[in-house]
Amino acid sequence: MTVPVFEVHNVSYRYREAHALDGLSLTIHQGQRVAFMGANGSGKSTLLRLLDALYFAEGGQVKFCGESLTEERLRDDEFAFQFRRRVGFVFQNPDAQLFNPTVFDELAFGPLQMRWPKQLIISRVNETLDRMEIAHLKDRAPHRLSGGEKKRVALASTLILDPEALLLDEPTDALDPKSQSQIIDMLVGWGGGAKTVITATHDLDIVEDIADYGFIFQAGKVFAEGEPANLLRDEALLRRTNLIHAHRSRHESGEMRLHPHLHRGHQY
Amino acid sequence: MTVSEPKLPQRRGAFIARSIARMIGALEYTAAAEATASKPGLLQFLDPRVKVAGLLGLLVSSALAHRLSVVLGVFGVALILALLSRISWLVLAKRGWAGALLFSGSIALPAVFLTPGRIIFRLPLFDWPVTEPGMAGAALLIARVETAVTLTLLLILSTPWPRVLKALRALGAPVVLVVILGMTYRYVFLLLGAARDLFEARQSRTVGALNAAEARRFATSCIGVLLGKSLHLSSEAHLAMLSRGFRGEVHSLDEFMMSPRDWIALAAFAGLAIIAIWTGGR
Repeated sequence: MTVPVFEVHNVSYRYREAHALDGLSLTIHQGQRVAFMGANGSGKSTLLRLLDALYFAEGGQVKFCGESLTEERLRDDEFAFQFRRRVGFVFQNPDAQLFNPTVFDELAFGPLQMRWPKQLIISRVNETLDRMEIAHLKDRAPHRLSGGEKKRVALASTLILDPEALLLDEPTDALDPKSQSQIIDMLVGWGGGAKTVITATHDLDIVEDIADYGFIFQAGKVFAEGEPANLLRDEALLRRTNLIHAHRSRHESGEMRLHPHLHRGHQY
Repeated sequence: MTVSEPKLPQRRGAFIARSIARMIGALEYTAAAEATASKPGLLQFLDPRVKVAGLLGLLVSSALAHRLSVVLGVFGVALILALLSRISWLVLAKRGWAGALLFSGSIALPAVFLTPGRIIFRLPLFDWPVTEPGMAGAALLIARVETAVTLTLLLILSTPWPRVLKALRALGAPVVLVVILGMTYRYVFLLLGAARDLFEARQSRTVGALNAAEARRFATSCIGVLLGKSLHLSSEAHLAMLSRGFRGEVHSLDEFMMSPRDWIALAAFAGLAIIAIWTGGR
């Protein structure tokens, strides 16, 4: 295995009195495509924010390429600019991420903060718009975009900096099937497979497409880890971690039976 | 351009429904304004900086002019610009003139009777004297306000708001101010949509009319929910800014290019403004 990009050691984090992360440890290597799975409130989104140094661990340690991510370290402009360029974060709610008046401005925001030259910014924005097939949205205001378009713009606004590691919080949440598949195609094709991609999701249908390693969280801890196919085959594990549920369905005979259920693809 | 006016509920106590209808109206109005701004027309073809500077120059010149004929001349120029930019006078009347007349008229009205000078006629029933200087002053004030409103509407209806902001930035407005205006514009629509959803969710579960006290309670709870949502969203947006390298200093990108047409238009605006100031003096 290659160099660790993120090392998380015995990390804890609380929202007021509620423990979001409780002694969590894991390591993510360069080029790995990882899925964080878990029910709502299991701590996966909080961990993403710690990995992006938006929150800081109350206990334990989070490291990026061997450097501790602490508030003090992020106060150093040189380190902060390097880190923000190398790690990108796509938020679950695109309305939080798209805060500029137009799509063009949205894509230009990151490069402007990095003090790139004006001409480079303009050409890189136009290239990214073309590559993400959103050039027709260039002058549109974010509030005039559909849910799928917003997600694509949010993704483009992060990918424009060409980060080495990409953190995604529920990238396919509330999208129609076509928009979902567009987002997945973009993620699969991005960086030719050499980039680190970490996706937090409770949509198990997409896990095998976007990840080659998975962690299942419960109550702020890693409950299980392994290859996605193996994790998804373990019905008891998925049931214990509230990733699948059982509900009744009527059979041809008219009889009602209780089944563990996933909403596409996997049959249990 | 056609702007569909939402039907406002007339029943007493339906103030929430009316407010929501007006919010939806505001959303529709903005959509219509953006549609007008994307039509081919004289003002639409110009660089936004030229429009902001030129229309502002005309506005200042009409405000400085002391002769009614000069102010009316600038108003006439504004009407011609509207025609050439395919902006309907009816829209200007509905969106600006009526309100401006009511506002400036109510301010100017006392001056009509109180300004000393030659009496033109007396108001029937009250026998209040209407003086010539009073009428002239009121007409000048109303004409200035109507001209200012028309010029501002021309700018808004011929330029998408983000480009107005960029033009302001290019003309030297503080970058923090421009960014705050841009984010306000961005998020006001989101919160308007959330307010509409709250109202519709409530309406779908309500049979009959709410009494005044219930309506007030609902309005208060909506305000609380929206405040909570906006605080959460502002915190998330701040994190999203930090994540992309924001370090407390705002940067913006100006990508305008002046063409010969823009220089000619700028010269024309400047010429008209200078003539208005020159001829409009006492």
